[in-house]
Amino acid sequence: MSLVDLFTVVAVGAGGFFFLAGSVGLLRFPDALTRLHALTKADNLGLGLVVLGLLPRVDGVLGGLKLIAIWLLALLASGAASQLIARVARRANPPA
Amino acid sequence: MTDPATLFGLCAAALVGLGVYALIVNPQPLRKIIAFNVVGNGVFVLFGAIAHRGAGAGWGGDPVPQALLITGLVVAFSATALAVTVLLRLFDETGSATLASDVPAKPDAAGDA
Amino acid sequence: MIDALNAVLALLVLGLAVWTVVARSTFAAAVGFVAYGMLLTLAWVQLQSVDVALTEGAIGGGLTGAMLIAAASRLRGTEAAARAERPGLPIRLAAALVAACVAAALAIAVVSLPDPAPTLAYETADNLAATGVGNPLTGVLLAFRAMDTLLEAIVVLFAMIGVWSLAPDRAWGGRPGRVQRADPDGILAYLARVLPPIGIVVAVYIFWIGADLPGGKFQGASILAAMWLLAVMAGLADAPPVSRKWIRFALIGGPVVFMAIGAAGVVTAGAFLAYPDGLAKPLIKVIEWALLPSLALTLALILAGAPERPVR
Repeated sequence: MSLVDLFTVVAVGAGGFFFLAGSVGLLRFPDALTRLHALTKADNLGLGLVVLGLLPRVDGVLGGLKLIAIWLLALLASGAASQLIARVARRANPPA
Repeated sequence: MTDPATLFGLCAAALVGLGVYALIVNPQPLRKIIAFNVVGNGVFVLFGAIAHRGAGAGWGGDPVPQALLITGLVVAFSATALAVTVLLRLFDETGSATLASDVPAKPDAAGDA
Repeated sequence: MIDALNAVLALLVLGLAVWTVVARSTFAAAVGFVAYGMLLTLAWVQLQSVDVALTEGAIGGGLTGAMLIAAASRLRGTEAAARAERPGLPIRLAAALVAACVAAALAIAVVSLPDPAPTLAYETADNLAATGVGNPLTGVLLAFRAMDTLLEAIVVLFAMIGVWSLAPDRAWGGRPGRVQRADPDGILAYLARVLPPIGIVVAVYIFWIGADLPGGKFQGASILAAMWLLAVMAGLADAPPVSRKWIRFALIGGPVVFMAIGAAGVVTAGAFLAYPDGLAKPLIKVIEWALLPSLALTLALILAGAPERPVR
C-alpha cells in the first residue's frame, strides 16, 4: 500500500471513529442539549477527516475544492439545524 | 449473493413485504402513506437491480429502466403529496385523522366545502 | 470488500424500514423514512445509477421527507386515537402472511431472472450520437422516451392542481400554508440568506451538467424549490396567492413549450415529439430550459400545500 493510500485509510478510519464517538454520545448522554453537542462536534470533525483523507485521491484542484465545499456546507447546515433543535428543546424543558 | 443486483433485489422484495404489512396493520393514515412509500421504493430498487443486470456498452446499467425510475420517483412524490394534503384536509374538517366511517364533522366546520 | 459494503447497506436499509413500521410515534417513523431515503441514495450509487441517486436524495428523501415530517407534526394530536384502533392478533397474523407471500414471490422472481439479462443499452449507445447529448439518461428521457417526460411534467402539474383544489372555500385562491415567523436575527434567517445563492448555483450546475454527466432538470428543480421554501420558512419571503396570473403562466410555460415542440415534430419529422435531423440538441436544450422554472415552481407549490389564508 503506498503512502497516499495509507494516509487515506488512516484519515477515513479516524473520521469513522469520530462518527462512532458521536453516536455513542447520542445514545449515552442524558438530555437533548448534550446529545446535540456530542453529535455536532464529533460529526463535523469526522466529516472533515473523511474529506481530508479523500483529498489526495481526487483528480484535479476542482474536485478537491468541491469536497471542501461539501464539508463547509455540511458544517453550515448541521450548525444551523442543531441550534434550532436546541432552541426547541430548551423551550420544551426550560432549565430549572 | 456477490452480485449487487441479486442482493439489492432480495432486499427490495423484503422491503415490499414490510411495506405491505405496515400498510395493512397501521391504522394511522399517515403511517399507511409512509408504508406505501416504502413499498414504492422497494419496487424502484427492484427495477434498479434489473437495470444493473442489463449493464452494457460501457455504462454501469441499462439506461432505459433508469430513466423510467426517475419518472417513477417524481410521480410517486406527486401521489404522496396529494394523499398527504387530502389527509390534512380531512383532519381540518373532522378534527381526527382516521379512516373509520362513522366520525361526525366538527360543529364549526359548517360553511367550508 | 465491496460485497461487504453492499451487504451492510442492504441490512441498514432493511433495519430502517423495520423502524418505520414499528416506531411508536408517527413523527419518529417520518424521520426514519428520511434516513431510509438517504441510505437508499447510497444503494443507488452502488447499483451504478448516479442520476437516480440524485433524484432519490432530492425528491424521495428530501421533498417527500419534508412533507411527511410537516404532516406528522400537524397530526400529533391524533396519535392516541389512532393507537386505539390497532387491529388484533388475527388480522396482524393474516397481514404478515400476505406480506410474506408477496415478498417470497418477488424473491423467487429475483433469483430466476433470465441470464444473460435482456438490455437496451446497446441500442441506446448506437442511437445516442444522433441526439447530441452524452448522458444516456438525458438522451432516453428527452429523446427516445420524451413522451414519458411530457406526461410526467403534466402529472406533477395535475398533482399541484389537486393540492390547490383541497383549499377550503374561504381560502380559495389564497396563500398556501400559514404565516411563518422567525427571528430576523436568528440562525434560520441567517441560513436562509446564506444558503440560497449557493443552492441556486449548485442547482443550475446540476441542471447544466445533466447533458453529459449525471444530473438533469428534476434534480436541479428540486434544489431550486428547496431554496425558495427555505426562504419562506424563515419568513424572508411569502408564498404568493395562487390565483395570481404570473403563477399560472409560469406553471404551464414548460409543458406548453414541450407540447409545441412535439406538435412541430409532427410537421417537420413525421411523428409527435420527433426531432428533425441535426436539431435534436438545441431542441432538447430549449425544452429543458423551459421546464426548469416550471418544475421548480410546481414542486415548491406542491410542498407549500393547499391555500389556507384568504386573498384579501
